[in-house]
Amino acid sequence: MLNRPGAEALFRALCLVALTIPLAMLLVLLFHTFSEAYPRISWEFIIGYPSRKPALAGLLPALAGSFYLMILTGLMALPIGLAAALYLEEYAAPSALTRIIEVNINNLAGVPSIIYGLLGLELFVRAMSLERSLVAGAATLALLVLPMVIITSREALRSVPFSYREAALALGAEKWRTLLRVVLPMSLPGILTGLILAMARAIGETAPLITIGALTYIAFLPDSLQSPFTALPLQIFNWVSRPQAEFQVNAAAGIVVLVVLLMALNGLAIWLRARLQRRVYW
Amino acid sequence: MSIMEHIEPRTAVAESNRIETLNLHAWFGSFEVLKGISMAIPSNGVTAVIGPSGCGKSTFIRCLNRMHEVVPNARATGQVFLDGSDLYDPSVNPAQLRRRVGMVFQKPNPFPTMSIRENVLAGLRLNGARSHAGESEAVVERSLRQAALWDEVKDIQERPGTSLSGGQQQRLCIARCLAMEPEVVLMDEPTSALDPIATSRIEELLHELKRRYTIVLVTHNMQQAARVADRTAFFYIGELIEYGITKEVFTTPAKKQTEDYITGRFG
Repeated sequence: MLNRPGAEALFRALCLVALTIPLAMLLVLLFHTFSEAYPRISWEFIIGYPSRKPALAGLLPALAGSFYLMILTGLMALPIGLAAALYLEEYAAPSALTRIIEVNINNLAGVPSIIYGLLGLELFVRAMSLERSLVAGAATLALLVLPMVIITSREALRSVPFSYREAALALGAEKWRTLLRVVLPMSLPGILTGLILAMARAIGETAPLITIGALTYIAFLPDSLQSPFTALPLQIFNWVSRPQAEFQVNAAAGIVVLVVLLMALNGLAIWLRARLQRRVYW
Repeated sequence: MSIMEHIEPRTAVAESNRIETLNLHAWFGSFEVLKGISMAIPSNGVTAVIGPSGCGKSTFIRCLNRMHEVVPNARATGQVFLDGSDLYDPSVNPAQLRRRVGMVFQKPNPFPTMSIRENVLAGLRLNGARSHAGESEAVVERSLRQAALWDEVKDIQERPGTSLSGGQQQRLCIARCLAMEPEVVLMDEPTSALDPIATSRIEELLHELKRRYTIVLVTHNMQQAARVADRTAFFYIGELIEYGITKEVFTTPAKKQTEDYITGRFG
């Protein structure tokens, strides 16, 4: 064997540089945004309504819209995604058709979100005439995250050891009761983590909401499923596209709020996973 | 062919037979694990099934409650009679059958999301039974007492089942099985994951339980079979080689293979 002095250190250094580049860029971006946003971040900004005067404009309708969207998306995506995962993982016989469905779900997870926006526009806004409403937006986002929910739920179901299913079956349980009472409680941490990450993805999405025609300037809070709505990324997009420099500051402040929200959601997923897993004693 | 042919005449099984298998074959895919087992198991008492690894002893008892077929690609043919009716008849619902023929597994597997109490009641809940508080309490106490676990856990019933020691967990699994009031209890190497003290507690328990239940015990431990079993069956590569009164099988085996196995020449 030929031993090249320094080759080890050189390779290691190359890998470290590769790691540093994206981290440094992210830090620069965050620092830039935070320092620009800092003077604008205040309670008034968060609970304020949009305004033509940048200094008075606030975020509340967008924040509320994002919140409702997130909840509705989760409520729609969880039952459908979980039931689909249960079918694929527990009931579907391995066949060519099952494999085609599996491959396509994995592919759907990678389809650009604007395509889902076009689907939502045609299906929910026009065909089902839901207009540019909260429920149409949530349904579109639910479609978008559904593959993700199905995939993470399947992984969670698969992680439950066979011996516990066997124990339930040997007690005379039908399969559906085994799934509901033994397998689901054990896979819940994984399923919920997947759901929260999917909801985090949903509230960061802009393209599908623009495609279905969600408004970017809304001066009131959504009060029903049929209400028109706006969302954080839309509000940010709206402010960025304004010519006045003060609105750019608003946009930066909006980005900070969105980033904090996303980090909080990811933190919640981690916390929930750890906490629920402590209830599952292996 | 009569089933009785496979039982040595000297065993003279007098009691009624609770389980009878007739020409039972079992496969994993194309691999034949059981090659036509015909065997009669009388009511009550412990019937041990011994034999080297891979001889089909676990598969055999898993055919007695139709758990063999839950493994992908596994199938069985032949007949298994429980009190005279064939378990493999198409009209039999395997889930209902399994409530009558309970099973304890090799590795203790109390449900990790359930408390001790919930584990005991798991069978009833998993069958959709609704019972009021007093009733469940009685079931929990009776089952835990029968499994010789009551005194150790009566004050900590709300703790998770998996917080117990390995031996206690296995007795909890036995209590969970007994709560269903089965007629037959199948035990698949129930002590192989346990230490000697926990093992001897389970063996003591078997002496109690066999008065009330028909127990079929798979074990790779010949001393265990000698200690607890009334009858012993020796399996070798998917065939029933010898079956009779335990003492006779161990002291005067009729077949050369049995003798070689119990004297430790192979296995």
